[in-house]
Amino acid sequence: MMLRNVALSAVLAFSLGGKAQAENIAPTDVKFVDDTQVTASLTGVAGDPKAGREWYAGRKLGNCLACHVTSDLAEEPFHGEVGPEMDGVAGRYEEQQLRAILINSKKIFGDQTIMPGFYSLDVGARPAEKFAGKTILTAQQVEDIVAYLLTLKE
Amino acid sequence: MKLFSTKSTALFGLTALIASTVSSPVLADADNNKLVIDGTPLVTDVAAPADSELDRLYSGWRFRSAETQSLQADDFENPAMPFVDTGADLWNAADGSEGKSCSSCHNDAEESMKGVRAEYPKWNAKLNKPHTLETQINECRETRMGAKPWKWESGEMLASTAYIGLQSRGMPTKVQTTGPMAKWHDMGKDLYYTRVGQLNMSCANCHEEQVGKKIRSDHLSQGQINGFPTYRLKWGGLGSSHRRFKGCMDNIRATPFKRGSDEFIALEVYVAARGTGLSVETPAVRN
Repeated sequence: MMLRNVALSAVLAFSLGGKAQAENIAPTDVKFVDDTQVTASLTGVAGDPKAGREWYAGRKLGNCLACHVTSDLAEEPFHGEVGPEMDGVAGRYEEQQLRAILINSKKIFGDQTIMPGFYSLDVGARPAEKFAGKTILTAQQVEDIVAYLLTLKE
Repeated sequence: MKLFSTKSTALFGLTALIASTVSSPVLADADNNKLVIDGTPLVTDVAAPADSELDRLYSGWRFRSAETQSLQADDFENPAMPFVDTGADLWNAADGSEGKSCSSCHNDAEESMKGVRAEYPKWNAKLNKPHTLETQINECRETRMGAKPWKWESGEMLASTAYIGLQSRGMPTKVQTTGPMAKWHDMGKDLYYTRVGQLNMSCANCHEEQVGKKIRSDHLSQGQINGFPTYRLKWGGLGSSHRRFKGCMDNIRATPFKRGSDEFIALEVYVAARGTGLSVETPAVRN
């Protein structure tokens, strides 16, 4: 019986993406090195740039285009101008830096930055109930977007 | 603040956005268009008061597309005008146990309501807090007319605030911020600079620090409220400034305050004061 349950959960976990969630680093446990880098993968699973491209553009996910012009996504309308362009970003930052910026940009750029922390519970006052205690992106979505950004070379 | 160092009237089609990847940075500031309605010029930019966080004040009209701008510049095109007509009818319609209408006491709105919008929210000693136009209307309805109060965002309320507001069109925004209003102004200012929601942003992050830039399809303005209630094309109707505040807070994934709450009244006081000297544009048209 117990064995069957274990087998069942294994099947379920696989069907939910085939990625074990147990070893994910929690938002509160992320270690920033020199306030500029997060060296360890949040999940231990290599990021998928194709999925990352989707999370990056998704309005209810990263919604990164709201602020960043990104020529690779020229087919998507309405690229914002609030943040820097992402073209060639792979030549400007290392993987560890991109991960850190995505997780909590305020650690890197300072409290003044408008950029949200996408894997941080350090949020503003009065979070909507629906989002309270939750991060904007999951650990794997962050890894996937990092992998996507690393494809944006000049 | 150096946000308005260049002026452009660029139209922002997709082509322009893609083009902006080549020549950076492109700042789409307020344009130089002039708003004249029915032969009367309106003030859509003005030097900021000495204590302002802004260098120069710009109406949201100056950030909108030529199409949206022209809708507001012609009363025959302005989609808010049928609601204003309803407001005029309501002004003269008796309601409640006393059999009175607004005009029973205030006669001709074109005379008696001139300048009212420009001064609201306005301190009310009896209430010991500021009246918004909405709460003032409802006080009249309840105490003078014996009528039921209207809901904040009801068709009747919006038609009436649009009609009353129109009587001040072209007059400079001038709300009191001293004396008993100072507390409300300062509470609004605190809210304006408080980061809220999962996205962790304050009003100032966008409407002070990023003015003129595109955020998705929207062109960030100073968030001035001199045209409320405003006909928003996205809404397909009129809405109050408190509805707009709520919309922003929802976008930032924050729990919004309620329309008519002390917090939103304080925010209205502060944001109105940030637009001191801009013409009342009620009813404005925005995207």
